[in-house]
Amino acid sequence: MIGFFTRTRGQGRLDWTDWFTYGYLTIGLFLMFGPVAWLVLSSFKTESAITEFPPRLLPMGQKQVAVPGEEKPRPVYRVTLPDGTTRELAELRRIGLTSTMVDPSRPDEPIRVPIDQRTPVREFKLATENYTDLAGKFDFGRYLWNSVFITIVATVLTLLFNSMAAFALSKYRFSGQRTVFLLILSTLMVPPTIVLVPNFLVVSELGLLNSLWGVIWPAVATPTGVFLLRQYMLTLPDELIDAARLDHASEWRIYWRIVLPLTAPALAVLAIFSVMWRWNDFLWPLVVLSKSEKFTLQLALNAFQGDLVTQWNYLLAMTVITLLPVTLVFAFLQKFVTQGIASAGVK
Amino acid sequence: MKTPDWKALAAVPVAAAFRLVEAPFHAVQRSFGITPMPWLFLAPNLVIFGVFTFLPLVINFYYAFTGGVELYPSQRPFTGTENLAILFDCGNHFDPSTCRKDLFWRAIWSTAKFSVLQVTLMVLFSVITALVLNRKVIGRGFWRGVFFYPVLLSPVVVALIWKWILQREGVLNAFIAAAGGAPLEWLTSAGWSFFWVIFVSVWAHMGFYTLILLAGLQAIPKDLYEAAQMDHASPSRTFWRVTLPLLMPNLLVVCVLAAIRAVQIFDEVFVLTGGGPGSATTFIVQFIYQTGFMEPIRLYGLAAAGSLVLAAALIVLTLVQLRIAGERDAKRQ
Repeated sequence: MIGFFTRTRGQGRLDWTDWFTYGYLTIGLFLMFGPVAWLVLSSFKTESAITEFPPRLLPMGQKQVAVPGEEKPRPVYRVTLPDGTTRELAELRRIGLTSTMVDPSRPDEPIRVPIDQRTPVREFKLATENYTDLAGKFDFGRYLWNSVFITIVATVLTLLFNSMAAFALSKYRFSGQRTVFLLILSTLMVPPTIVLVPNFLVVSELGLLNSLWGVIWPAVATPTGVFLLRQYMLTLPDELIDAARLDHASEWRIYWRIVLPLTAPALAVLAIFSVMWRWNDFLWPLVVLSKSEKFTLQLALNAFQGDLVTQWNYLLAMTVITLLPVTLVFAFLQKFVTQGIASAGVK
Repeated sequence: MKTPDWKALAAVPVAAAFRLVEAPFHAVQRSFGITPMPWLFLAPNLVIFGVFTFLPLVINFYYAFTGGVELYPSQRPFTGTENLAILFDCGNHFDPSTCRKDLFWRAIWSTAKFSVLQVTLMVLFSVITALVLNRKVIGRGFWRGVFFYPVLLSPVVVALIWKWILQREGVLNAFIAAAGGAPLEWLTSAGWSFFWVIFVSVWAHMGFYTLILLAGLQAIPKDLYEAAQMDHASPSRTFWRVTLPLLMPNLLVVCVLAAIRAVQIFDEVFVLTGGGPGSATTFIVQFIYQTGFMEPIRLYGLAAAGSLVLAAALIVLTLVQLRIAGERDAKRQ
């Protein structure tokens, strides 16, 4: 059994270990992507299709056709006529147990049909209204804005503050340097879950409860970011800085004009991490933001799923929008993310 | 119509903002020279760490030893170790129903059970996946991405994806019905919801540990395998004598990292099961959150005392981690 893991593929032919490998990967593909694909497919189903059991794979809706002389498109049914033939007819109106139907190509010849003689004709149809209704039905725009604001502002400040600290820790020699570095690293050992209650006090004393800044400020100093950037800046040659000092460049200029541009690759990695951290944050925003107009997308999702009657079609559409940014990061910047994890062992 | 030059327009406020940031740096350097400059660069970070990490750590101790429902520390009566005494007041610590705060002990034992099972399964599946991905497979980058993707999803999204699958009329029950079985209430049965909480958290985080292990596997020198082949070592012997020992440092790191995260499990579970049914999936962080923020009477002292217990567990795990990291570095040199 163990043997399969260490064996490498034979020339040209597949042995059972290869079958196992590809079998495992295929099951993995199904298990890892399947749930997300199912979420996306379901989010395009109409309110009635979404409560169907057993569910259909694809989003289906009743076919509708335009009938000359009618304002709105009419639903199409497959009708069994008294003579035993079946035809696809559009329903004009229904009174009690009889429905008035018509062949769209011959709108002048209405046919009366008992309703138990017809079944709806369904076709592949994306219920995009799940997405377009979000803005009007819920305060969706506000949640999106709150999430975007927190993510962007916190990321910009994280990059600025952490790179400043990393610059001080890598390009100067001063007493207390090592202590400061260890102090910053030691905050890795204080996960936010431990200081939840006192941090609530601090934030409320600063008047930041129910303010987006109450989420942003505690998040912008990260030991991970300082560590990552410091390690990178240590590799930059000190001669550059000495030369700039000879030219009477101020310390700020050296940092801003010389060191920061050269740190761009590390900054990019940190930016991606920061965007993911802030976009996905849950527990701390949950504590700080209790008014619904301050909710981030994550908090709004949590609030809606807790409602007594869950409107799954809207909830799923909102979930898809929430996972969109990280999916784009995944699709285009996966290399940076995996590099960052491999080099710093952080997430 | 002439389009406005957005770049030039945006440059004005940006330049103004930076002149504002630049000014104190230039002023300090002019008056005091270069010596205080590093401290000035460190200032924003140190202030934030001080206010939002170190100060709260101190206050947390104070909270843990005071009672009442006031948030402001000076209004809280000092009660000594009463909060800890309340938490630890048990007839039998292994039987939560004999405890005064039975939910706390239920949460502790659930967290312990969860952590052991989750870390075991997490490491097992990460190792298998890393070994599979380390073979010469076609499109390795793609497959690595497949297992890594859920890592990026937010806990809320992860929980909702699975809630949608596991609900009573969800797709899993549809499969079971199609196979002729009876649909199950996955999230309202205590045993199943515990299983799914473990399953979902492994699903969401496995890719991260796989990546670390894969890096470890790829760092094993190829000539060791060639040497093993020359000696006609059996594949299983190669695995036990070459792969596993050389992977061990990474494996230990993964174990400890996974454990540190497992004892702090909250987000996914809170959205997926809400801690239920009953208290079947209420873990220690949720106990802290509920006691401090969800109950009508907010017992901050009790919540803070609870987080001291969690901190103790984390300190032990972190010390183990540092020990392992130290040993690994010592071996490398």
